[in-house]
Amino acid sequence: MTALSTITSGTTAPDDTTVLAVEGLRVSVRTDAGETTLVDGLSFALRRGETLAIAGESGSGKSITSLAVMGLLPPAVRVTGGTIRLKDTDLLSLPEGRMRSLRGDRVAMIFQEPMTSLNPVLTVGAQLVEAIRAHEPVSRGAARTRALEALKAVRLTQPEQRLDQYPHELSGGMRQRVMIAMALALRPEVLIADEPTTALDVTVQREVLDLLRDLQRDLGTAIILITHDMGVVAEMAGRVVVMRHGRMVETASTLDVFERPAADYTRDLLAAVPRIGRGKPRSSAIGEPVARLDDVVVRFPVRSGLFGRVTRQVHAVEHVSFDVRRGETFSLVGESGCGKSSIARAVVGLVPHQGRIEIAGTAFADLRPADQKALRRRVQIVFQDPMAALDPRMTVGDLVAEPLVIHRIGSPAERRARVADLFRHVGLSADQIDRYPHEFSGGQRQRICIARALALKPDLIIADESVSALDVSVQARVLDLLRALQTEFGIAILFISHDMAVVENISDRVAVMYLGQIVELGTRAQVFGDPRHPYTRRLIEAVPVPDPAHVRAPTVRLAGEVPSPVHPVGGGPARVRLVDVGGGHLVAE
Amino acid sequence: MAVYLARRLGQAALILLGVSFITFFLLYVLPADPVRQIAGRSATAATVESIRRQLGLDQPFLVQYWHYLTGLLQGDLGRSYLQKTEVASLIASRLPATLQLMAGGIVCELVLGLGMGIAAALLRGRATDQVLMMTSFVTVSAPQFVVSLLLLYVFAVQLGWFPIGGYGTFAHLVLPAVTLGIIGSGWYSRMMRSSMIDVLRADYIRTARAKGLSRTRVVLRHAVPNAILPVIAMIGIDIGIFMGGIVVVESVFGWPGIGQLAWQAIQRVDIPIIMGVTLVSACAIVLGNLVADLVAPLIDPRIRLR
Repeated sequence: MTALSTITSGTTAPDDTTVLAVEGLRVSVRTDAGETTLVDGLSFALRRGETLAIAGESGSGKSITSLAVMGLLPPAVRVTGGTIRLKDTDLLSLPEGRMRSLRGDRVAMIFQEPMTSLNPVLTVGAQLVEAIRAHEPVSRGAARTRALEALKAVRLTQPEQRLDQYPHELSGGMRQRVMIAMALALRPEVLIADEPTTALDVTVQREVLDLLRDLQRDLGTAIILITHDMGVVAEMAGRVVVMRHGRMVETASTLDVFERPAADYTRDLLAAVPRIGRGKPRSSAIGEPVARLDDVVVRFPVRSGLFGRVTRQVHAVEHVSFDVRRGETFSLVGESGCGKSSIARAVVGLVPHQGRIEIAGTAFADLRPADQKALRRRVQIVFQDPMAALDPRMTVGDLVAEPLVIHRIGSPAERRARVADLFRHVGLSADQIDRYPHEFSGGQRQRICIARALALKPDLIIADESVSALDVSVQARVLDLLRALQTEFGIAILFISHDMAVVENISDRVAVMYLGQIVELGTRAQVFGDPRHPYTRRLIEAVPVPDPAHVRAPTVRLAGEVPSPVHPVGGGPARVRLVDVGGGHLVAE
Repeated sequence: MAVYLARRLGQAALILLGVSFITFFLLYVLPADPVRQIAGRSATAATVESIRRQLGLDQPFLVQYWHYLTGLLQGDLGRSYLQKTEVASLIASRLPATLQLMAGGIVCELVLGLGMGIAAALLRGRATDQVLMMTSFVTVSAPQFVVSLLLLYVFAVQLGWFPIGGYGTFAHLVLPAVTLGIIGSGWYSRMMRSSMIDVLRADYIRTARAKGLSRTRVVLRHAVPNAILPVIAMIGIDIGIFMGGIVVVESVFGWPGIGQLAWQAIQRVDIPIIMGVTLVSACAIVLGNLVADLVAPLIDPRIRLR
C-alpha cells in the first residue's frame, strides 16, 4: 500500500447525510427598549464529516447561533422563530432534560478562552471523567481509561500525569487540547468550535488546527467553525456562511467565496484581511533615533523561604538593544511571554530595568524625579483593550485632555480646542467630545486612545497590541490612521504585536523575540523576504493563509513547550549573539 | 509548608505581643480605678494605698507591663483582683463552654449564610432573592441583644421549646448558637450571593453545562467550590466580630463562657481577667485566620502557601 492510499483510506469524506439543519432561525433579546433581533432568518445545513465555517465580525450573531444550537442561550435571549434539527430530532421543542442528555453527547462545543473554560479547582481527569459519566453508565475506572485515551488522541504529552493535574498547571495550548478531548471523548455527531484558536499563539494555533483536522478525518465529526479569521476559514472549511448584523450575507464553498465573493461585504472583509506580502515599501523619511535601548534587562523577582528572599527570577527581557528612529515603525513580534510587553513597560518607566534606555538622548536614570515628568511627555502608549484603557466615568473629551491637565498645558479653552482638533485628526467629530466611552464602538475607542496619546505631541508612540482586539475591517482602518498620523507628525512608532501579517503590513523594521531575547532583527524585507532564524521561519509558516488554494508545505512539528523563563538567581538563559548577515540584518547564531 | 507555618506562628507571636501592650496601655489610662473596686467605698486612704502597693499598681506603666509580660511568657496570666484565683484556671474552666458555643454559632452562621446566598444567587432578581437580601440586611443591622432577647422571648418564654438559659445539654445550646448564626449570616449571605453570581457567569460554568451535566451538579460541584473561596478568607477575619457577639449572647443566655467572664470583669475593672480574655480572643482570631489560610489551598489548587 502506498503512502497516499493509506491517507485516503482513512478519510471520511463528507457525504450527503445532513446532520444538522438550521432553518429560518431567529433569535431575539428582550431589553428595556423592547425586543431586539440578534439573528434573523439564518438557514444552513451541515453534512456528516464536513467543516462549515460561520465567519463574521463582532456582533454578527455567529456565537449566539452556536449557543442557540446548544440550547445554552443566556436567560434574556431566546429563539423566536425557525427550527434546528439534529438528524430527526427537533432541538427547539425538546424539554430541558432531554436537551441536556444530548448536549455533550451528540453535540459538543469548544470555546475561545482555554484559560478560563476549565474549572480551576478540579483536575483535568475529574472534568473529563464527569463528562463521560454524564452520558454513559460506566464505572469511574472505565471512564478514566476512556479519558486517558481521549488525551492521547489529542496528542497531549504525558497523558497519564495530565489526568491528575489542575488546569493552571497546563499552558493555553494544552488546555485547548483538553477541551477538545472532552468534547470528542463521546464522539459527538456535531462539534461546534467557537473561535477555538483565537486566544492562542500562532504556532500553537497551527498545531490545534492540524489536530482538529486529523480528528475530524478519523471520527467523521461534522464541525461548525465559528471564526473571524479568514485565514482559518480558508485552511479549515469546505463551506462558509458569512454573517453580518445577524443576517447571512453569503454562503458558498470556501473556494467560491474567496475567488468570486458575491456580496460587497464579503469583498470588503477579504480586502481588509492582512496578508503577508502585502506590505508596501515605505517612503517616509527616517531620521535620527528617538529611542535607544542598550543591553536592556528586565527581571522580576520570585520570593520564597522564611524571610521572602529572592531565590529565582523571571528573565523577561535579556540583553536587548535596538533603536527606533523618527518617522519609522519598528515592530517587536513574538509569542506570549517573549518579553515584548515588558520592553514597552520598561521604555515608559513602568518596570525597573538594567541597561540604558534613552529617549531623545536622555535616560530617565540621568534625571531628577521632577525632570522625569518632562521626559515622559515624549513617549506615549496605546494599549490593547480600549474599553479597559478608558475610565468609564469620564467624558472622552476629558480623557483626551487629561494628559494636558497633568502636564499643565494651556487654559481650559485652549485644551478644549486642542481636543477638538485631535478628534478630527483621528477621524472622530468634535461634537462627540462630551460623550462617554460606552457610547463608542471598539474601533472608535481605540481612536480616542490614539488621540490621547497624541495630545502631548510625543516623539514616540508605543502601540502594545493596539489593534489585536479589533475586527479586521476596523483594524485595517486604525492601521491606516496610524500610518497617516506618522507621516503627518513624523512620530516614531514602537509596534508590539503577535500578528505576523499585521507586522509585515505596517513595519519598516522588525525584531523577532523569543524567550526575552531578540533572535532576528532587520528591515521588513529582510525579515519576511529572507527569514534566517528557524524561529522566525516557524512563526511565518504558522500564519493561516487566507487563500483556500494555498498548499501548505509540510512543516516540522514543534516538540514540547516553550522553556520556562524562570531561573535561579545567578543563573539564566544562554545569551544569544547576533551576527550581521548583510545590510544590517541581524540573526542569532 | 513547615517554613510557612514557622513564619505565620512567628507573626502571630508579634501580633499577640502588640495586642497585650495596647490592651495593657488602654486599661492603664482608663479613668476607672481597680483598687477602689476592691477596697470598697468606705476604705481609708491608707488601706487603698496598701492594696495599690500590694498589687504593684503604684509602679510606673512600663514596669507594670514588664512584670505582666515576664509572667505571661512563663504561662502566668496573673490572679484575679476580686476572685483571688488564677486567671489561667478561670479561663480554662470556662473555655470549653465558649468553644462549644463558637462551634455551634459558626455552623449555624455558615449553613444559614451560605444557603441563603446560594439560593438568592440562583433566583437572582426574583421575589425570593429580594426577601432573602432584605432578611440579611435586617440581621446585619439588628443589635445583637435585640436578636438574643427576641429569640429568647419567642422560643423559650412563649413557646417553651428550649430552656430560658443555662448550660449543659444540647437544648441549652440551640438558642444561643442560632442567635449567633442569625447575627453573622447576613454578611455571609451577601458575600456568597455576589461571589456565586460572578462564578455562575464564568466560562467554566458554560463548559460544564455544555457537557450536559445536571443543574444540581453544575451548582454544587462547579460553582460552589469556586464561589466559597472569598468566604473562607472572611471566616478568619470574622472571628473578631464573632467574639464580640459571644460576649453579648453569653450574658443574655447566662452561658458560663469566657464572654460572660469578660463582661463581669469589665464591670469590676478586674484587669488581669480582661487581659487574659483579650489575649485568648486574640489567639482565636489569629488561629482562625491561619486555619482559613490553610484550608484555602485544599479547595483551590492555585493557591500556594509560601
